[in-house]
Amino acid sequence: MDRELIDDCVHCGFCLPACPTYDLWGEEMDSPRGRIHLMSTALDGDAPIDATWVGHLDACLGCMACVSACPSGVKYDQLIESARATIERDYRRPWRDRVFRSMIFHAFPGRRRLRVAAVFGLLYQRLGLARLIRNGRVRDRLPARLRSLESVMPPMTVKAVVRRTPSRTPAEGARRRRVAFLTGCVQEVFFGDVNDATVRVLAAEGCEVVAPVSQGCCGALELHGGRERSALERARAVVDVFARLDVDAIVVNAAGCGSAMKDYGRLLADDPRYAERAAAFASKVRDVTEVLAELEPRRRYGSLDLAVAYHDACHLTHAQRVRSAPRSVLARIPGVELRPILDDGLCCGSAGIYNLVEPEAAGELGRRKAEALRATEADVVVTTNPGCALQIGRELDIPVLHPVQLLARALDSP
Amino acid sequence: MRRILDVDPVNQRITVEPGVTNAAVSRAVAEHNLYYAPDPSSQIVCSIGGNVAENSGGAHCLKYGFTTNHVLSCELVLPDGDVVEVGGPTLDPPGYDLRGLLIGSEGTLGVVTKVTLRLLRRPEAVHTLVADFDSPASAGDAVSAIIAAGIVPAAVEMMDNLAIRASEEDAAAGFTIDAGAALIVELDGPGAECDTAFAETVALCQEAGATAIRIADDPEERALIWRGRKAAFAAMGRLAPDYLVQDGVIPRTRLGECLARIAEMAAKAQLRVANVFHAGDGNLHPLVLFDSTRPGESERAESLSTRIAELCVAFGGSLSGEHGIGADKACSMPKMFGAEDLAVMDRVRAAFDPEGRCNPDKVLPTPRLCGERPGPYRQHPLEAAGVIERM
Repeated sequence: MDRELIDDCVHCGFCLPACPTYDLWGEEMDSPRGRIHLMSTALDGDAPIDATWVGHLDACLGCMACVSACPSGVKYDQLIESARATIERDYRRPWRDRVFRSMIFHAFPGRRRLRVAAVFGLLYQRLGLARLIRNGRVRDRLPARLRSLESVMPPMTVKAVVRRTPSRTPAEGARRRRVAFLTGCVQEVFFGDVNDATVRVLAAEGCEVVAPVSQGCCGALELHGGRERSALERARAVVDVFARLDVDAIVVNAAGCGSAMKDYGRLLADDPRYAERAAAFASKVRDVTEVLAELEPRRRYGSLDLAVAYHDACHLTHAQRVRSAPRSVLARIPGVELRPILDDGLCCGSAGIYNLVEPEAAGELGRRKAEALRATEADVVVTTNPGCALQIGRELDIPVLHPVQLLARALDSP
Repeated sequence: MRRILDVDPVNQRITVEPGVTNAAVSRAVAEHNLYYAPDPSSQIVCSIGGNVAENSGGAHCLKYGFTTNHVLSCELVLPDGDVVEVGGPTLDPPGYDLRGLLIGSEGTLGVVTKVTLRLLRRPEAVHTLVADFDSPASAGDAVSAIIAAGIVPAAVEMMDNLAIRASEEDAAAGFTIDAGAALIVELDGPGAECDTAFAETVALCQEAGATAIRIADDPEERALIWRGRKAAFAAMGRLAPDYLVQDGVIPRTRLGECLARIAEMAAKAQLRVANVFHAGDGNLHPLVLFDSTRPGESERAESLSTRIAELCVAFGGSLSGEHGIGADKACSMPKMFGAEDLAVMDRVRAAFDPEGRCNPDKVLPTPRLCGERPGPYRQHPLEAAGVIERM
């Protein structure tokens, strides 16, 4: 927690209406301004880093809506990241919390482990255990966190366990770009269709897509969860794999991953072996919608008669400040009508592992988001982050898709 | 206390709890083509309860008036625990105007728990321009010319160069970065009237020496300009680690003279002062920039800020336009009011709160407060000596 970054805050409170937890509870300590004050008092030694202090910082979603709202340019993203690292370093969580968190951080990053988890998930869902637990009221007796984990579990398929994004896909027609593709962990295992669509649409628009087989997790979940050291290890490994490729851009289709990857330059600035390569890597990272928006469409997109609600993923709109690109690529599809979501763009509550570790707040935010989405009367919700898709998907009956999935469909449509 | 209790679009009224934000009121009634007129720059975050306590204004109070002109009634918890309603559903209830007394009383008469507000219909036409000037003084001349011509703009706002720079770094609303002053003039009302007056306003700005005039008629551009203006305070963090917001009123015609004096005082105190100005009604917001980590600078900034407020009184103006007195300026009250005035105010206050339970030490000077200097926390000498400790 850096004194200079803390002092940038002039306490104007413009962040308050943007903050989901302040909106929920109306408590100063659960607002960005309040959390910065908590950081300041801890730094000065005026407040102990105890359960109360940690509770208010844990309650932050890390949605970064306050960063977009701040007139004084306070770098809350860096502040909360360092506060979380401080918690993991200096505070001993109760044992249940430690076990649960370490379980999450062991399962999620890395496709191999996720595939193992998917096998168990598949068995769980196919053997009727899921129905047993859901119907037999066992779920209601589970601790809130396990209940939440159970409810965000996507439908598992055998395909999820075995499918892989091809390591090289040639451009259709003359090549316009050569791009590397970070396929992500959750995205690759549970949202294989999104990765397929990403490759398909990029190739159709003249991009050669390289997806290195040896790539690992980008470290975003750990970075946003305060596990800085292992996050940086993963970042270095990703840089190692991608930096040697001769590509125009490094494409990612998960907003959470993209926001971490665009930050590698800063994160590894103090590592002389990596600083330069990490900065070069970061400068090439693009969300897939950014790449597509830059390319004048070459293919004809057929009509899809759909009302679409585009949900801004916080890690795209606030952390990466990408707002118009996804909308402009969706607008290329004839017949698609974009419906605004009238809820001030508050976070859906997914926020990385937030819906697993803070299920109550996440649940309330998810229900609010679902209500706002229902009010749009859209046929489909579109968003750019797998976490949002799971969180929103469990509340809604209509499909939740990635923009590239709609584009891929439109390629097939007359 | 963040609930909207009742919306009555036909009678153009809304009843809210005091924690509802100012902007949320307008948002809640937008579908009826209505809005709540007072618009403090902090409207996205400031609450109606605070607006009532301070009688808040905002950019558009030049034409539409302050909070007091838009509150019909309040539910008030008195210091003895009684719950009463002051004001009523009509615009002018008979008897003493206790509602008027309550609004702007800074929480010294009781606790407001419910407020009924008036709503206005959205104007048919809105025209906005930004005119650049070499100096705040020449922009001030333009304001005087506009008002002398009989035009009542919805808002006339001025930012000096420092304020323009801070705002541009944040909102990038397209203000000219090296202009001496930017004047935002907004006209609203019936279409034909608004068109004629706007053309006249443009001509008057040109006559007064505007170096550039930008007309923003598309709602998005207009919103961006207002975002730039309203974020000017909050964006000051980009220019300095700390700042004090001052609030005073001066006769509009003496703006040039007053700003020159402020610049002199700032130079002497070796501090920078940015100015944001509700130019139409002479409400000045000098922002004293400082760095509290430098020894002595906080004290210098506070002293400069206080002297600026008192300068406004000396120019024939007021200690406060809309932010109130609070603890900060209680000690300056005798510069504006005589002993008899203050004694009358004290009696009014005592009629509501004989035991001094509500916001003691605010608004009116008390010996204890003047012995101790108000402002941010600083260690008391006894604390330093280890005799007392801070709770």
